[in-house]
Amino acid sequence: MHIVIVGLSHKTAPVEIREKVAFAPTAMQEPLRQLKALPGILEGLIVSTCNRVELYAVSKDPSAAAIALRRFLAEFHDLSRDDLEEHLYDYSGEGAIHHLFRVASSLDSMVIGEPQILGQIKTAYGYAVEYQTAGLILNRFLHKAFSVAKRVRTETGIASNAVSVSFAAVELARKIFDRLDNKAVMIIGAGEMCELAARHFMSNGVNDVLVTNRTLERAEKLAAELQGKAVPFDRFTDDLVAVDIVLTSTGAPNFILGHRQMDEIIRRRKHKPMFLIDIAVPRDIDPRVNDVDNVYLYDVDDLQGVVQANLKERKKEARKAENIVEQEIGQFAHWLENLDVKPTIIALRRKLDDLRRQELEKTFGNLKDLSDKQRKSIEAMSNALLNKIMHKPIELLKNGQNNNSGEDYVDAIRTLFDLPAPAPDDHEIKPLDNESDES
Amino acid sequence: MTINILLFKTTLLIYFVSTLLYLVSVISRKEHLGSYAKRVLVGGFAVHCMTIFARWLATDITPVASLHESLSFFALTLVGIYLLFDHYYRAAILGAFICPLALVLMIGSTVAPQQPVASNPILDSWWFPVHVSLAFLGHAIFAVAGMAGIMYLLQERMVKSKKFSGLFYRLPSLDVLDNINYKCLTFGFPLMTMGIISGAIWANSAWGGYWRWDPKETWALITWFLYAALLHGRLTVGWRGRRAAIFAIIGFACLLFTFFGVNMFLSGVHSFSDFAG
Repeated sequence: MHIVIVGLSHKTAPVEIREKVAFAPTAMQEPLRQLKALPGILEGLIVSTCNRVELYAVSKDPSAAAIALRRFLAEFHDLSRDDLEEHLYDYSGEGAIHHLFRVASSLDSMVIGEPQILGQIKTAYGYAVEYQTAGLILNRFLHKAFSVAKRVRTETGIASNAVSVSFAAVELARKIFDRLDNKAVMIIGAGEMCELAARHFMSNGVNDVLVTNRTLERAEKLAAELQGKAVPFDRFTDDLVAVDIVLTSTGAPNFILGHRQMDEIIRRRKHKPMFLIDIAVPRDIDPRVNDVDNVYLYDVDDLQGVVQANLKERKKEARKAENIVEQEIGQFAHWLENLDVKPTIIALRRKLDDLRRQELEKTFGNLKDLSDKQRKSIEAMSNALLNKIMHKPIELLKNGQNNNSGEDYVDAIRTLFDLPAPAPDDHEIKPLDNESDES
Repeated sequence: MTINILLFKTTLLIYFVSTLLYLVSVISRKEHLGSYAKRVLVGGFAVHCMTIFARWLATDITPVASLHESLSFFALTLVGIYLLFDHYYRAAILGAFICPLALVLMIGSTVAPQQPVASNPILDSWWFPVHVSLAFLGHAIFAVAGMAGIMYLLQERMVKSKKFSGLFYRLPSLDVLDNINYKCLTFGFPLMTMGIISGAIWANSAWGGYWRWDPKETWALITWFLYAALLHGRLTVGWRGRRAAIFAIIGFACLLFTFFGVNMFLSGVHSFSDFAG
């Protein structure tokens, strides 16, 4: 039994192509039904996000299935196969396992470590369950992928550092102040950028906000929105003494804050540290302010630099994550292999035959005065009994090969007879936990 | 005699393992290794306590009389204080700075001559253990302050210059490091003061004079003034951050000089070889 993936992503296709093959999240029933109805396809799942469209299928013949999936993708969206062909990739066997584990762990994302993708795959799986196109194998496969993604998230720092400018500012503030809930923020210039950054700070605990602007009404308006206080622009430096974090983006052509003023302010603050974020271009704050002790001044480029450093750090962590993914493939591949009918029949025979021999030895040990002939007939009887017991299960297994139920029987028989085998999963299959991933 | 040496070597080995775990945990950023390191360190601390107790039983003198014993005791108080700090701050990375220092002290102790000091009536006083315990507790707390100071300077440089190495992500925030500096000062300073006072009282009962301007006494006083200045600056003018960190580092350097340098370069009643004064 093989897992086959056909799809395209931001790495292989431009957005003009991706938008053409995307599946509407509100209408998944029809494509899923058609996918599963394809010849040779036993189970199916469709992942469709703005960065990737992928078809997952279970089939006995991976190469035929891949061709069928490619054709399906083109035909469903009324596209010519030639246009699509160059953007498509396909994976099967261990390659497919590797691929989903990487995607779910956000290693294949445009921004490595972004959290949405896992939620999107969970949603896609939800549809496949709802419309009954996922069976034993995809169930296990997806749950395994979720647990791998979880492991990656907890054991590596792949998602730990901010990769947007305003989040980077909040993280830096944390590296300076540790706690933000007892800190005050001042917004200078009631612009949109500052407002956004201020909201980030507020959602991270800050609740003391001051707003100042050349026109006081605008300051008052924004202050009302943020439940803060407006202060007049001509004496905002007086209020700076009580402020820890400053966000500034005025349209002023010159510096509105110089290093001498800052010297004075920081002395009046008894040298409590200040974090100044200058988002304005041209800049609002004299760069020499950064030389004042206990003052940390960041402009837009500096914050971009932080984001770059964070991305580099994430890439380092991604290497650790790749190792985890590699480790997890083997186990699942092993379980999948063991779902084949033949090895199961052999294992079942061997198991029962071993039991038969053990019991025979015990019996012969107790009945020492049996003649050879009697021994033979007892042996024959045990053999016949065994064959009768095994007849129906083996018949079911063999017939199951030709329809969807094969894997279910294999799994059931392996469990019922405790056959030495797969142990593919270290976690039980649980109902989907709908942990709130942003999407 | 052999028991305490065996215990001593075990302690050394455990500290070595713990140091290694701390460093690997910080470098490879595997936090669970840090918690193993701490557990190992707690074990090391327990064995170390036994070591010193065994030494006490064997020599019958409070085991801080020779350089070997003092270094070992210094390491013990340092580890103890660190474990206490870790309980409140949960910063495994502090361990990566403190634990190697404790290991170095232990190695120093191994190198120093290990024979016990001959029995001496001066050492028989109860003031002796009181004096050294207070002094070493103060030392250990100031050692933590010094290490936090180094960490502060490293982190502050990165935040200021906007050039980040991997250490940036591992070091705690400036606020936490500055807070450690302050806490150390408020606990370390009274201990050091009491250490000096108890020493003076002991000196008076042993030699009939509180203060004799012995080099160690002089240097201890210089160090004490340094920390007094820092504490005063912090409380009144609002010294903090980089300046406080630098002070803590200089203070710790002075302290180390008082502890080692004076014994090596200058002689006086505190030198380990000559307790007769």
